[in-house]
Amino acid sequence: MPKTVALTGNSACAQAMRQINPDVVAAYPITPQTTIVEEFSTFVAKGLVDTEYVTVESEHSAMSACVGASAAGSRVMTTTSSQGLALMWEVLYIASALRLPIVMHNVNRTLSGPINIHCDHQDSMGARDSGWIQIFCENAQEAYDTTIQAMRIAEDNRVRLPVMICFDGFIISHAIDRLDLLDDDVVKKFVGDFEPAISLLDPEKPVTVGPFDGLYGYFFEFRRAQELATLGSLPVIAEIGKEYGQVSGRHYGLFEAYKLDDAELAVVVMGSTAGTTKVVVDKLRDEGVAAGMLKIRSYRPFPATEIAEALSGVKAIAAMDRSLAPGAIGSPVFQEIRSALYDNSERVPVIDYIYGLGGRDVPPTDIEKVFSHLAQIAKTGKIDQVVNYLGLRE
Amino acid sequence: MSWDIKNIKKWKSADHPAGSTIPVGGNAIEYKTGGWRSEQPHWLEDRCTHCMICWIFCPDSSIQVKDGKMLGIDYDHCKGCGICATECPKDAIQMEEEEK
Repeated sequence: MPKTVALTGNSACAQAMRQINPDVVAAYPITPQTTIVEEFSTFVAKGLVDTEYVTVESEHSAMSACVGASAAGSRVMTTTSSQGLALMWEVLYIASALRLPIVMHNVNRTLSGPINIHCDHQDSMGARDSGWIQIFCENAQEAYDTTIQAMRIAEDNRVRLPVMICFDGFIISHAIDRLDLLDDDVVKKFVGDFEPAISLLDPEKPVTVGPFDGLYGYFFEFRRAQELATLGSLPVIAEIGKEYGQVSGRHYGLFEAYKLDDAELAVVVMGSTAGTTKVVVDKLRDEGVAAGMLKIRSYRPFPATEIAEALSGVKAIAAMDRSLAPGAIGSPVFQEIRSALYDNSERVPVIDYIYGLGGRDVPPTDIEKVFSHLAQIAKTGKIDQVVNYLGLRE
Repeated sequence: MSWDIKNIKKWKSADHPAGSTIPVGGNAIEYKTGGWRSEQPHWLEDRCTHCMICWIFCPDSSIQVKDGKMLGIDYDHCKGCGICATECPKDAIQMEEEEK
């Protein structure tokens, strides 16, 4: 029987890791991710898992150890945040290029400076082209559920790519939330046994991992193959989300459309702000405003065609960016959404709202301001300002 | 697992194994590194005592040996590092500039 519990997002993810029982975890603590590895290392010490827990001296080493362990044929997990993800940088590209099914939580925190430990998505955005699958979560339940699905997605032979589970630091990681945990044996059965495609430790099937490409030059072909694998993971993410729904009662897709079918004003959002937005959408619906929301779950790969279809028919769209790309035309979610809509026959006005940087709080009244702005654009058909800032003092 | 790389320069994205792995062992011999050389070792057979010091030191397994006797140098793989010439106690290997 599923168990209803009150846990922080980090505790929920530590429980998911315990139930998955990975062969190797190599991790380095960093706020706000620390309590995941702290709790998981307790499980290791108590013998509740069979995991070889590698205490490394940095995140660069953590990801390097994960790459080695995964190439050796192990089921591998790790977790990080912010500066830790940044320190993993060059190894992230190697993990994905070698097609190693590593699963990692990235508990979203901004990047310094000035030093700030609170939430935004700039850390994940820095790694958006690293070849990792990136799935964003709205709350602790989703972070728990996505961890279990991520293992299956990463190890699926049609995918074989590392997966980054992104969820908001402190807001999700440290707030206690109500959620349902699956039984241990249900998770064990869902995740299944890992049959590695390659193993450096198998003398019967010798393999070279990470050879020098240099002089002949196949790099371009490899990178393209990696792109094809990433795009090919879209139906697998959807399929596994659906299968997870069958065992848990909680169904997952590539994105969530909330009251979007007949919506005229739509907000596109990722992470915990989706929860706040749903409250605002409900309130506006009660007031007779045709408000709706689209929550992106799979950000990499980006389900552009499906999202463009889901947003067709609305009159104005605001893309919410919890990151700021200096010198770009708006921030990443906006760029992606506007680009995805470009081929739609109808030209819908799209604006960017940059919000919540460095943990700046996002109350429902701020989201209401976004919808008011959208209502004005839908009425006049004119965009007064493309890139906007929510809750910024200026 | 077969690994036929005769036409590898024409392979497309889908032809390469996932993750740029090489799915067989013992194939370093197929990767010829002789072209990297700027200096070439020359073996002076009459000075050689077959002490095998060059064979021990060569980082590229390019000293050809049979039954404890040196036979020559594998120029397909020798990168011209000159360690053999430096270590040879009898100056039986000398480095000369690579001809074009």
